[in-house]
Amino acid sequence: MSSTDISINKDVHHAHEEHDHHHDQNFFEKYIFSQDHKVIAKQFLFGGIFWGFVGGFLSVIFRLQLGWPEATFAFLEPIFGGWIVNGKLDPEFYLALVTMHGTIMVFFVLTAGLSGTFSNFLIPLQIGARDMASGFMNMLSFWIFFLASIIMFWSLFLSTGPAGGGWTVYPPLSALPQAISGSGMGMTMWLVSMALFIVSQLLGGVNYITTVINLRTKGMSMTKLPLTIWAFFLTAILGLLSFPVLFSAALLLIFDRSFGTSFYLSDIYIAGEALANTGGSAILFQHLFWFLGHPEVYIVILPTFGIVSEVIATNSRKPIFGYRAMIGSMLGISLLSFVVWAHHMFVTGMNPFLGSVFMFLTLIIAVPSAVKVFNWLATLWRGNIRFTAAMMFAIAFVSLFISGGLTGIILGNSALDIQLHDTYFVIAHFHLVMGAAAFFGMFCGIYHWFPKMFGRMMDEKLGFVHFWLTFLSAYLVFMPMHYIGIAGFPRRYYSWTGFDAFNTFTDLNSFISIAAILGFTAQLIFLFNFIYSIFKGRRATANPWHSNTLEWTTPVNPGHGNWPGEIPTVYRWPYDYSKPGAPEDYIPQNVPFSQTQSSNLPYERDLE
Amino acid sequence: MITFAIGLSIVLLLVILFLLFRIGTLASIFRGSTQRAVGTTKTSNKVNGALLLLFLIGGGAAFAWSFADAWDDMNQPLASVHGAWTDSLFWTTMIVIGIVFVITQILLFVYSYKYQHKDEKRAYYYPHNNKLEIVWTMIPAVVMALLVFAGWKTWANITSAAPADAVVVEVMGKQFSWLVRYPGSDGKLGEANVHLIDATNEMGVDFSDPNAMDDFMPREIHVPKGKPVLLKIRSRDVIHSVFLPHFRVKMDAVPGMPTKFWFVPSKSTAEMRTETGNAEFNYEVACTEICGRGHFAMRFILVVDEPEEYEEWLASQTPFIEQNPQLLTKFTNDTKDQVVLEKSTEEVKTEL
Repeated sequence: MSSTDISINKDVHHAHEEHDHHHDQNFFEKYIFSQDHKVIAKQFLFGGIFWGFVGGFLSVIFRLQLGWPEATFAFLEPIFGGWIVNGKLDPEFYLALVTMHGTIMVFFVLTAGLSGTFSNFLIPLQIGARDMASGFMNMLSFWIFFLASIIMFWSLFLSTGPAGGGWTVYPPLSALPQAISGSGMGMTMWLVSMALFIVSQLLGGVNYITTVINLRTKGMSMTKLPLTIWAFFLTAILGLLSFPVLFSAALLLIFDRSFGTSFYLSDIYIAGEALANTGGSAILFQHLFWFLGHPEVYIVILPTFGIVSEVIATNSRKPIFGYRAMIGSMLGISLLSFVVWAHHMFVTGMNPFLGSVFMFLTLIIAVPSAVKVFNWLATLWRGNIRFTAAMMFAIAFVSLFISGGLTGIILGNSALDIQLHDTYFVIAHFHLVMGAAAFFGMFCGIYHWFPKMFGRMMDEKLGFVHFWLTFLSAYLVFMPMHYIGIAGFPRRYYSWTGFDAFNTFTDLNSFISIAAILGFTAQLIFLFNFIYSIFKGRRATANPWHSNTLEWTTPVNPGHGNWPGEIPTVYRWPYDYSKPGAPEDYIPQNVPFSQTQSSNLPYERDLE
Repeated sequence: MITFAIGLSIVLLLVILFLLFRIGTLASIFRGSTQRAVGTTKTSNKVNGALLLLFLIGGGAAFAWSFADAWDDMNQPLASVHGAWTDSLFWTTMIVIGIVFVITQILLFVYSYKYQHKDEKRAYYYPHNNKLEIVWTMIPAVVMALLVFAGWKTWANITSAAPADAVVVEVMGKQFSWLVRYPGSDGKLGEANVHLIDATNEMGVDFSDPNAMDDFMPREIHVPKGKPVLLKIRSRDVIHSVFLPHFRVKMDAVPGMPTKFWFVPSKSTAEMRTETGNAEFNYEVACTEICGRGHFAMRFILVVDEPEEYEEWLASQTPFIEQNPQLLTKFTNDTKDQVVLEKSTEEVKTEL
C-alpha cells in the first residue's frame, strides 16, 4: 500500500512544480486575502481555535464562582479590574460571562469555526473541484466574520461589560440598558457583530450550496458523495433559510433599542418610570430567535455527523452501514429542525395546544437520530478498527451524542419540561449533545484532516492524552449536572445558597468545577500539539489513513487548484473498504471498475 | 519571590514534559512503529482498547454510584397533584431511555474493543440490510408514539382550564422580587395599569375600580391544601418566570402578556415539615428566566395551610387601600389625569 502512495506522490510533485510557475502571488494574496478555499479554511480554523480558548476561559471563571460561591478570588483582580469587587465576582459580570460563553461557543466556534473550516476545506477537495464557486465571496465571508469577531471581542473590554442577557438575548432585558448594564453598549456591539456574522454565514452558505450542486467532478453523482459533503450541504441550506430570520429579529431589536419602536416592548415600568412603549410582544422575539435557534443546533451538529461517519467508516475499514439511510435521516432531521422551535417555549404562556403540536414534532426527531446511532454501531461491528486519535474522538462522539440525545426525549415532552425548563438538566442535555459532541466532532475532523491541511501529522500519542483527558472531563462535568437539574437548580444563577430548596450539592458543584478546569487545561496539550505539528510534525504521506475519498488523491501539499493535472473522475461510492476479493482493504473513488474485476459485485460488472 | 518560584517550577515542569514528549517520539521512530499505518500498532491499540473497556466499566460504576448517592438530594419533595403525574412520567421515561442508554453504550465500547485492528484480519463488507434498518426505525417510532401520547395526555390535563372555584392569586415579577395580590372577599381582582405604578402602588392597581377596593397584597403567598389554586402571572419590567420547585410549577411572567397556571397543593407546609424532618422547611418561589443582577435572589415564601387555617389567614388580611388610604386621595386626582390622557390618545387614534 505504501508503494502506491509514493508513486502518486512522485507524479504529483513534478506536475506541482510546473503548476507553480503560473502563479506569482504575493504574501497578502497567498495568506491574508487569499481566495483559495484551503487557506480560508485554515483562517476559519485558527479563528475557531482562538475563540474556543476565549469561550472556554470564560466558562472556567464562572465555574470558579459556582464551585466555590463563598470563596474570594482576589487573584483575578489584576485581569478583570472593576468586575471583581473585594475578590467577589460582580453578579452582572457573571451573567456577562455566561452570555458571552454561549454566544462565542455556539456561533463563533461551532458554527463559523466548524462549518467554516471543514465545509471550506473539504467541499472542493472531496467533490473534485478546483475551488469554491466564488473564491471572492468566500474570502469576503471570512473577512466579514473577522470583523464580527473584532467587534465581539472588543465588547468584552467595555467598562459597562459585554451583553449580559443570556446568549438568547430575550427582550425586554436585552432592550433596556436600565435593566442590566450589559444591555448598553455591550448589547449594541453584540447586535452589530451578529448582523455581520450572519452576512458572513450567508456568503459562505450560498457558496457551499452552489459548489456542491455545480462543481462536482465527472461521475460524482449525489449518491456517490461522501456523507461529509451531504452534511455540509444540508447545513448550508439550514443556515441560508434560518439565519435571515435571526437577522430580522436582531434588526427589530435594534429598532426597539435605538429608534423607539415597540416590536417587543409593552407595559413596562422600569427605573422609576413607565415606558411609553405599548402593543409589542416579547414572545415574538422568542419565536423569531428560535426559528433560527433550533436549526442552529443542527447547523452545529450536522457537520460533525458527516465528519464522524467518514472517520468511523475509514478507520473501521468498513463501508458506512446504510449509506442511504444516513442521507435520509440527515434530510429528515434537517426538515424537522424547522418545525420544532417552540419546544424552547413550552412555559412562556404560549397556547397549550401549540405545545402539544411541537411536542409531537420534536419527539419525531428521535427516530432519525436513533437510526444514525444504530448505523454507526453497525459500522463498527466486525470492523478492523484502527484507533487513530481521530477515531477515538469519533467513538466518543457517538457516546456523548447518545448520552445527551436521550435526555432530549424528556425535554421535548412538554409535560416534563414544566419542571425541567431552564434548569441544569437542560444545561447537561445540550452541552453533551451539541457542545461536547460537536467539539469532539471538530477535534475528530482536525486530527483526521490535519495531514491534508499542513502536510504533516499531528502527534498521535499526545492526541491520545488529549483525548482521554477531554473525554473523561466531558462526562465528569456534564453527567452530574443532570442530578442538579432534576433537583430543579435554575440556570444562570450566580449562587444557589439563598434558597433552602437549592442549598444542596455544594460538593458536587466544586467537583464539576475541578473537572471543568481539568478539561480546559487538557486543551493546552491540543494547542501545543497543533502548533508544534504544523512546523515540526512528522511529514505526511499523500493518503496516511488509506482513505477512499478524493482529497487523498491530491499531492501532500495541494497547491492552488488542488490537482496539478486533470481533476480525477469518480467511478464508485466512497465506502469501498474491505471489499471481498480486492487486494487492499480500500479502493479509492477514482479507481474504475475495470481495474477491480476481482472484487466487483454482480451489478458492478456492467460498469467495467 | 514565591510567585517567581512557582513560575520557575511551572516552566521546568513544561520543559520536562516537552523532553518526555521528544524522547517518546524518538523512541517510536527507533522502534519502527512510525513505519506502520497509523492506528495499526499493537501496543497503542491494546492500550486504547483496554482504556475504552475500562471507561465503560469504571464510568458505568461511577455513574451508578453517584446517581444512587445523589438520589435523595435529586428528588425535591413533592407537594402537588399534577406533580405526581409528571414525576411518574419522568421516571418512566428515564427507565425507557436508561435501557437504550445502557445497551447502546455497551455495544459502542464493546464493539470498539472487540474489533480493534489485527494485521491478519479483514473487516466484514456489510453495506446495508434493509430489513434490519426498517426494524430499528420502527422500534423508536413506536416507543416515541407511546411517550408522546402519555405526555400529551398529562400536558392536556395540566393546561386545561382552571376550575371556577379556584383560589386566585396574582403574582407579579419585578426586578428583583415578587409582588402578590389577592382578589379579596369579592373574588375579583381590580384593574391594573403599568402607568399607575409608583413607590407605594407597586402593582399599578387602579383604585377607581370598585373590584380593587378589597384587594390585598400579603408578604407571602398562602394557599389552602387540596383546593385548586390559579396563579395569574404578569411582569412589570423584564421577563421573569415563576418556579415552584416542590409543586412542579413553572410559568413565565411576561410584560404585556398575562399568563396563568393552576395546580392543587397536596401537602401543607406543616405536613412537609414533619415529613422532611426539617422544622424550618418552607415552600419557595424562584425565578427561572434571566432577569438581571438579582436573578438568583428572587426568593418568595409560599405557605400551604389546612383549609380552615387558610380561612383564618384570609380573614386577618386588610385590604391594601385601607392600609394606604393616602393613596386613594392621590389616586382620585390621578384618575382624572388618566381620563384626560386616555381621551387624548383616543383623539390620536381617530386622527390616524
